[in-house]
Amino acid sequence: MTAAFSLSGIAKRYPHFALQDISLQLPEGQIMGLVGVNGAGKTTLLRLLTGLAAPDAGEVQVLGHRLPEEQVAAKRDIGFASEDMRLYRSQTLRWHMTLVQRIFPAWDETYADELLRRFDLRAEQAVGGFSHGQRVKALLLLCLARRPRLLLLDEPTTGLDPVARIEVLEALSDVLRDEQRSVLFSSHNTHDVEQLADTITFLHNGRLVDSADKESFLDRWRRVVCQGTAPADLQQWPELASVRNSGSLVEIKARHWNEQLPDRLASLGLQVQRVDSMALEDIFVTAVRSGAVA
Amino acid sequence: MYQQIVDQITARVMAGDWSPGQSLPSIRELAAGSQVSVITVRRAYEELERAGVICTRPGKGSVVAERSSLPTTLMKDELMRHLEALLASAARLGLDKQSLSRLIEQAIESAADIPSAADNPQGNER
Repeated sequence: MTAAFSLSGIAKRYPHFALQDISLQLPEGQIMGLVGVNGAGKTTLLRLLTGLAAPDAGEVQVLGHRLPEEQVAAKRDIGFASEDMRLYRSQTLRWHMTLVQRIFPAWDETYADELLRRFDLRAEQAVGGFSHGQRVKALLLLCLARRPRLLLLDEPTTGLDPVARIEVLEALSDVLRDEQRSVLFSSHNTHDVEQLADTITFLHNGRLVDSADKESFLDRWRRVVCQGTAPADLQQWPELASVRNSGSLVEIKARHWNEQLPDRLASLGLQVQRVDSMALEDIFVTAVRSGAVA
Repeated sequence: MYQQIVDQITARVMAGDWSPGQSLPSIRELAAGSQVSVITVRRAYEELERAGVICTRPGKGSVVAERSSLPTTLMKDELMRHLEALLASAARLGLDKQSLSRLIEQAIESAADIPSAADNPQGNER
């Protein structure tokens, strides 16, 4: 299988932050969601993949091109959208569309017009007058209408109202129809990641905590509610991320769930009452609070 | 999340909207249409196949399983799941058999749409 990108043994050091030991692959045709708190290294990772930053160690390959050396060739097929990208305030959206169309021959005019309608944007308006949401949608339009083989999106839904967010998610899921197109997006909105991503990659303090297909990732975690009193050393079990006593109930969050767990808890006098799967949001917060170990 | 897709498809088959033998959308098509990831839809299709709701033929896609009794079977499965949940709740409450039967009978009495066997001679044959 062709890889949309592959990172091996990546390190990138800044004065107050370092990305370390990152090895990661995205097979073509898949969507990867990148989660992590602010400062976890998500944007640095995206910048390495766009050739905007060079790694101090390791190898970056994007669509078969080695970066940063072959970034000119790779960039033809990469679409990158990030909130801090600048548009020319005094120019109209149409002017920007024509500019991008001149640089990228793969520009799909029909699709661009469809996105204009769907995103409810006025092409003849100067972008300086756009709201935050309109600016985000304009950047995405300029990126999506090129039909790049790899889309790299930094926080594509942050700060959008619920309607705009759905429009953006719908436009992103258009990409799903094509087996040769891939997406890597970072998001603080774990719901978006849970919904769209095939693979979840979890960064914390510049390190890769976990990267797995979404269903296996979610499947490892369970919330277990028991009746009884938790022994003090339960917190030390490596498969448990958190143990909380609340009245006569104990709430346990397991990071490595297995079918034997209820019996082992029962042998300690804890009667298991419920076992529920957990939403990514809950997993994410629990993992970060428990020190985010893999 | 795949469970939601499983439930939606099962509900459509139970309602008869999707009839036995009918083709299902491709995994990518359904994923794009409902804005969920491909892996989620694939997992849902695998579950539905294990449960006998759909059949997948390599290269030809998936179809609703060709059993005319499928909607009824699915509805019975659903009823059995509810019964198990009911028994589990009763056990947690510490109800004995007689009290539980009494509660069920009272509920049946006050429910208008459960016919008695005399009104509905075919009722138990399916």
